[in-house]
Amino acid sequence: MSIEVLGVAKRFGDFTALHEVDLKVETGELVALLGPSGSGKTTLLRVIAGLEQPDAGDVLFDGASAVARGARDRGVGFVFQHYALFRHMTVFDNVAFGLRVRPRGERPGAAEIRSRVAALLRLVQIDRLAARYPAELSGGQRQRVALARALAIEPKVLLLDEPFGALDAQVRKDLRRWLRRLHDEMHMTSVFVTHDQEEALELADRVAVMGQGRVEQIDTPDAIYDRPANPFVYQFLGNVNRLPCVVVGDRVELSGIFVDRLDRPPNGEGDAVLFVRPSEIDLLPGSAGLDGDAVVRFVAFTGPTVRLEVAPANGGPLIEVEVPKQAYRALDLRVGSRVFLRARRAALFPPMP
Amino acid sequence: MDSVTAFQYAEPEAFLSPRLRAAAVRWLLVGTALAFLALFLALPLAAVFVEALRQGFDAYLAAIVEPDAAAAIRLTVLVAAVAVPLNVVFGVIAAWAIAKFDFPGRSLLITLIDLPFSVSPVISGLVFVLLFGLQGWLGPWLQAHDVQIIFAVPGIVLATVFVTFPFVARELIPLMQEQGTLEEEAAVVLGAGGWQVFRRVTLPNIKWGLLYGVLLCNARAMGEFGAVSVVSGHIRGLTNTMPLHVEILYNEYNFVASFAVASLLALLALVTLVAKSLVEWRLGETRGASQPDGAP
Repeated sequence: MSIEVLGVAKRFGDFTALHEVDLKVETGELVALLGPSGSGKTTLLRVIAGLEQPDAGDVLFDGASAVARGARDRGVGFVFQHYALFRHMTVFDNVAFGLRVRPRGERPGAAEIRSRVAALLRLVQIDRLAARYPAELSGGQRQRVALARALAIEPKVLLLDEPFGALDAQVRKDLRRWLRRLHDEMHMTSVFVTHDQEEALELADRVAVMGQGRVEQIDTPDAIYDRPANPFVYQFLGNVNRLPCVVVGDRVELSGIFVDRLDRPPNGEGDAVLFVRPSEIDLLPGSAGLDGDAVVRFVAFTGPTVRLEVAPANGGPLIEVEVPKQAYRALDLRVGSRVFLRARRAALFPPMP
Repeated sequence: MDSVTAFQYAEPEAFLSPRLRAAAVRWLLVGTALAFLALFLALPLAAVFVEALRQGFDAYLAAIVEPDAAAAIRLTVLVAAVAVPLNVVFGVIAAWAIAKFDFPGRSLLITLIDLPFSVSPVISGLVFVLLFGLQGWLGPWLQAHDVQIIFAVPGIVLATVFVTFPFVARELIPLMQEQGTLEEEAAVVLGAGGWQVFRRVTLPNIKWGLLYGVLLCNARAMGEFGAVSVVSGHIRGLTNTMPLHVEILYNEYNFVASFAVASLLALLALVTLVAKSLVEWRLGETRGASQPDGAP
């Protein structure tokens, strides 16, 4: 089932949570809504689910407007951030809930409910916990119960609000891959909300980056990381150096770093900001006759890579550089060494007000 | 050296170690509290039963089954049977509205719910006399239509409902606020209708708090004296509730009968206390288990 969000706006009192947002999710796609807190991503998810009524705009499921239908009649699966399990019910009763509240004519019999719930619990690998109460489960187990409960009504659309937010790093990684497999096997259209860019990039077919109630960019993880549409997306997706510079003619004047390639050519002359990712900068040693024009100020070993802070010799902000450990060893650098910096690629944006 | 040693021995700390002193303070405080409770609570309670049984069990029983006493008991049970369910319904609706929705006038509603707690029960009774009494605003109209509210059962019920209104709502509001609306939202998304959400999700989550409120509400409904006294008219066998009947018997120097009926109210209080502790214990358990992010 495809989902189309057309010009949806939502205000809470004086706060505008969504400014006329458009979004299209194709059938079978897994889309991430990525953004900082307060960017409107959860509100957008709740509008799609029918838990919030938009002030303007429309939500289409397979081309048909769903706004007139409440959350009860949309038949979407929704996994809440803190799971919102029914605390007075066992795992089994939680999962069976969606089947038991169906109108009498559509309600499956007790035996069928039992077998379907058992199948779902096996699917999410917690069948041995059927008799437990939510308070007796770990975070990862609750997450699986919440998912099984949402899947029980056989939704065509699955919406997840920060599905991995409250879990340990290792559990998150496992559940992430498992959720991706589940999405593919169940042939659902899924949208999930996250503030974790790694999660969004790894899991989603497409990522919608949101900021201040707007969709800033929507694209594949690869494209969104390599070609951010604006400074906000650039900054939100991974580390980035922001270097003030001046454009003269079609040349960028900047001290301490050479730029090989500009993704976005200068748009007129004057002040600009160069965006360079730390991992896209190469370090070159200064030679005997030619001293480097930047000085290493700080070195930190972070697992497979080494993070350096380098200061241009003639002033300017510190530049962060990330190089593989081997490359760092080969250069034989230490704090105080002089080096050249070369950006393999960078993007130029007008200065921010 | 000698003088210093002598001086140290003179210090009171030398006899009583800090640990012993802490124990002494503890026992002094506990003892005072217990003595106070015995003097002001246990002793009067015991006196009620001693006085009631002073002329033997037969006299006690006779005082209770005597027609006027039996009528008072019936009326008290009837009033509670009407007032408590009414206040359960009002209380749940008001608590639901206040805890789960934000609307203009919300804080005014919270204040209004507390009103019966903050005014004297006599005033509560008088309000109804002023409204429905013969000289009251609606009195002439009621008389013309031959409806009697004051000095009759409806007035007693109204006054009791008014006085006991806050108990259920007051107990439920913080509980429902703490629980939020997420579980209800989850139920709606899964296809549950309004009534199903209430019966299957909200009600089970508030049931112990609700029971607690009902117990307190019932105890007050059966024991209310002031407001009921103003509107009742004290007609024996007709508009006397148990507390009013106790007073009348006492004023007639019929101490055994008076204390016998009073002992029933005292028993009600004891049963309520025991039930209340049981519910409190359950309430503590469910609240303890309800942390959304509780440790695994």
